[in-house]
Amino acid sequence: MTSRLDNVQQQLGLQVGGASRSHGSLVLELARADLLPVVQRLKTEFAFDLLLDVTAVDWPLKTPRFEVVYHLYSTQHRDRVRIKTAVELADPAVESLVSLYGSAHFMERECHDMYGIVFRGNPDLRPILLYEGFVGHPLRKDYGKHDEQPLVPYRI
Amino acid sequence: MAKTIPIRTANAPSQAFEYFSTKKDELVGWARKFSLFPYPFVTACCAMEFMAVSSTPYDTDRFGAALPRFSPRQSDLLMVVGTLTHKQAPILLKVYEQMCEPKWVMAFGACATSGGFYQNYAAVAGIDKIIPVDIYVPGCPPRPETVIDAIMKLQDRIAHSHHPIINKNF
Repeated sequence: MTSRLDNVQQQLGLQVGGASRSHGSLVLELARADLLPVVQRLKTEFAFDLLLDVTAVDWPLKTPRFEVVYHLYSTQHRDRVRIKTAVELADPAVESLVSLYGSAHFMERECHDMYGIVFRGNPDLRPILLYEGFVGHPLRKDYGKHDEQPLVPYRI
Repeated sequence: MAKTIPIRTANAPSQAFEYFSTKKDELVGWARKFSLFPYPFVTACCAMEFMAVSSTPYDTDRFGAALPRFSPRQSDLLMVVGTLTHKQAPILLKVYEQMCEPKWVMAFGACATSGGFYQNYAAVAGIDKIIPVDIYVPGCPPRPETVIDAIMKLQDRIAHSHHPIINKNF
């Protein structure tokens, strides 16, 4: 029995760098330029209509250092795709998915807060969880564990 | 007939004022310790324990600390229940400054006391870095008995402390 995800993987085959399976979902590793067109196809042709999560992983010893991770879900077929795109520290930018999914707005803002990934095309990358004036990106591995940026001066 | 010994001589001035000023602190302390109006500054999961300690089985009403006031201007016990983040610290400071004297602060739970296990960029490691604290309640979350013990200790302190009618702020 070939599942729907096998079919998706085959039809996408040419554009995708690496494809594997993990916990029942399809994992695609895409080059940065392929991201937007592939997600566009996944949404329109394969009915992955829900963007569940946008996050990133910091691999301090790897080059390129960051992986931006997207989770897509199909409410019609109830299956999932995970997409990873590697970006470098010098230019940590990917195309934004706000043109395809409204939920990308806030999740990309959060990812920008925490990892400093720049989402080109997201109109509003102001801090969402951090506060104005916060310097740095706290979930990067080189952000000190005890680095605090208090808004109120300490009394002791 | 036994001779009575006068407490004061007939022509000595009245000592009513001395008597009044020593007993005044006791009276005011007694009144204040049974009319603690708490302001719950509730930020995290300790809120569940705060609800438990306020409701029937434990019932802080017995200590006169039952009526949460949701305006800092009407309250005199600031209960900081839960984690304080750096983003919220200015709000806590403003609430504290809005409270009228006399005021007391309780750090409820491990996070309010020391930051608990949140030793990171987001959390303040103890509210005493922002405002002065009168009593710390340990536990994650504290048992209701611990909270009641803290309220009683605070009441003892209020009862035995000096209550000036006029202080440097007024």
